[in-house]
Amino acid sequence: MSNDIFVVTECLDGKVSDISYEMVGKAKELAAASGGQAVAVMLGSDMAEQAGTFASDATIYVDDPALAHFNPEAYGKVVEALAAARSPRLTMFGSTSMGMDMAAWLSVKAERPLIAYVNSLSAEGDELVATSQVYAGKMAAECVPEGESAIVTVLAGAFSVEAGQGGMAVEQIAAPVPLDGLKTRFVEMIMPAAGDIDITAQEKLVAVGRGIGSEDNVELAEELAEALDAAVAASRPITDAGWLPKTRQVGKSGLAVKPKLYLMLGISGAPEHLEGMKDSSLIIAINTDENAPIFDVAHYGTTEDLFDVAEAMLELLE
Amino acid sequence: MNIVVAIKHIPSLADELEVNDEGTNLDYDMVDFVLNEFDEQAIEQAVLVKEASGGAVTVVGVDVIEELDGVLHTALAKGADKAVKIVGDLEPGIDSHTHARWLADAIKEMDADIILTGVQAADDLDGQIGPMLAAHLDMPYLGVVTGVEVAHRVATLYKEYAGGMMGKYAVSLPLVVGVQAATKPPRYAPISKIRQIAKTAVIEEIEVDDDGPGAAVMLRKMSPPVSTGHANMLPGDAEAVAEKIIAIIKERGLL
Ligand SMILES: Cc1cc2nc3c(=O)[nH]c(=O)nc-3n(C[C@H](O)[C@H](O)[C@H](O)COP(=O)(O)OP(=O)(O)OC[C@H]3O[C@@H](n4cnc5c(N)ncnc54)[C@H](O)[C@@H]3O)c2cc1C
Repeated sequence: MSNDIFVVTECLDGKVSDISYEMVGKAKELAAASGGQAVAVMLGSDMAEQAGTFASDATIYVDDPALAHFNPEAYGKVVEALAAARSPRLTMFGSTSMGMDMAAWLSVKAERPLIAYVNSLSAEGDELVATSQVYAGKMAAECVPEGESAIVTVLAGAFSVEAGQGGMAVEQIAAPVPLDGLKTRFVEMIMPAAGDIDITAQEKLVAVGRGIGSEDNVELAEELAEALDAAVAASRPITDAGWLPKTRQVGKSGLAVKPKLYLMLGISGAPEHLEGMKDSSLIIAINTDENAPIFDVAHYGTTEDLFDVAEAMLELLE
Repeated sequence: MNIVVAIKHIPSLADELEVNDEGTNLDYDMVDFVLNEFDEQAIEQAVLVKEASGGAVTVVGVDVIEELDGVLHTALAKGADKAVKIVGDLEPGIDSHTHARWLADAIKEMDADIILTGVQAADDLDGQIGPMLAAHLDMPYLGVVTGVEVAHRVATLYKEYAGGMMGKYAVSLPLVVGVQAATKPPRYAPISKIRQIAKTAVIEEIEVDDDGPGAAVMLRKMSPPVSTGHANMLPGDAEAVAEKIIAIIKERGLL
């Protein structure tokens, strides 16, 4: 077993995702404490340039046409082979669409414990301590993996992006396992529909969540947004239900926004939503549940009913 | 086509969660258990696949607190054909690794062509069961999926990425799919129909009795997250709050 820490980085549409840098920065800190190296691992095709943007102690770039787009079968095999060959003490994945497909699979294949939804990692002597945000962020579970080697999936936004950005020389290698005969085939990437307003370009957003109750009530949010000269954004359940277009969704599988005002009506603050809005300059949350996780992130909050507050605001603004 | 749905019965987030006296886990006596919301999507997707391409749907879950029957009856009422529960001398707090191992053992006997499960569950401390099932069953896995079509033994899947991007994949059967959302919102099963089914349905039982490998993670402490900050809570009634919010927005020059 080495003291190295593997960071399985990711690129989406040719661009390195911030979560990759966040993990590299953290890995460097942990590796320095344990006398190992933070090793950024990138898989792709013609992506050596992107692979050279990490502040890691070493970077391995596996180049193969079969890795041009994310394919959990191909990526899983490559990461499994690399981890078997170099025995990192810790392998970090993003808690993302890509990372979630690989981490739990590797955990069973390589018989290494996995801790998911991690937002804090530290070394206590020889022990690794990870905090997992379970129950949609309502509980923090402090865990220690057994054995010498572990895997974590890290929540986006938990660590600093800057600490992981740099320019380490890249060791480019060919796929360490044959990648023919795959059962999984990437067909194409479908881009989001254009035409709607771009919520990432808005200065002010009024965001609605499941607390709004019904499709008809979305109108109240629209009126309030208009009175504030803002646009309407939403949490996932609202766009899933088709009450607002997908282009308005903020969060992990939606868009990341950073407006000057993010006024939230009935959104609980699940990690997947927070990921997309927690860097907004002014966050005001209206939520009747005083224990809603959103109040840990919002600058101002109220447990008054959203309908009462929204209507009172409308009256005052008219 | 044999369509299998693997489900998890998990603590409900609707009520306030409480921690046990030792502060090491939930106080399971104080929580209700519900079907993982993403598993509900997986059941719907399974029934949609059956309706479009034929086959039979089997729903299988671990009966953690001996209250899974209601969930299974509901699944049958929605169009599943068979229900299986894994039983034994079980206690709540069974980790994902153990869930996956038991479910995989059960599924091995089902000659499954496609296995659907929720992309994640709120209690997945040691990871999601979908990829684990795939590892145990030696099948490919694709997660965060919002649409499944099957034709000529190939599944066409739509996988969500950040920023509203969607990857289209073609995977040959058999495979495991982690469902984020079904193509259509889950259908409603009338109570009367569920009651009717409860009277006649036979739920197959599979007995487990082992202490094979689990998560291998020591849970030292569980508590509500220590907030690094807390919102400044605005005092007064709705009107006072509304006034204050507008004042804050104006202060920042945003109005
Ligand atoms: C892979 C993956 C990706 C995801 N991506 C996203 C994403 O991009 N964006 C996203 O948002 N979610 C995403 N989710 C879903 C996420 O986990 C949560 O389920 C979701 O964010 C919850 O939305 P919500 O806060 O609107 O609903 P809920 O969690 O149901 O919260 C509703 C809130 O409204 C409050 N409320 C109810 N009535 C009132 C009232 N009258 N007045 C005031 N408050 C009221 C309640 O107290 C509650 O806190 C993703 C999940 C997964 C697994």
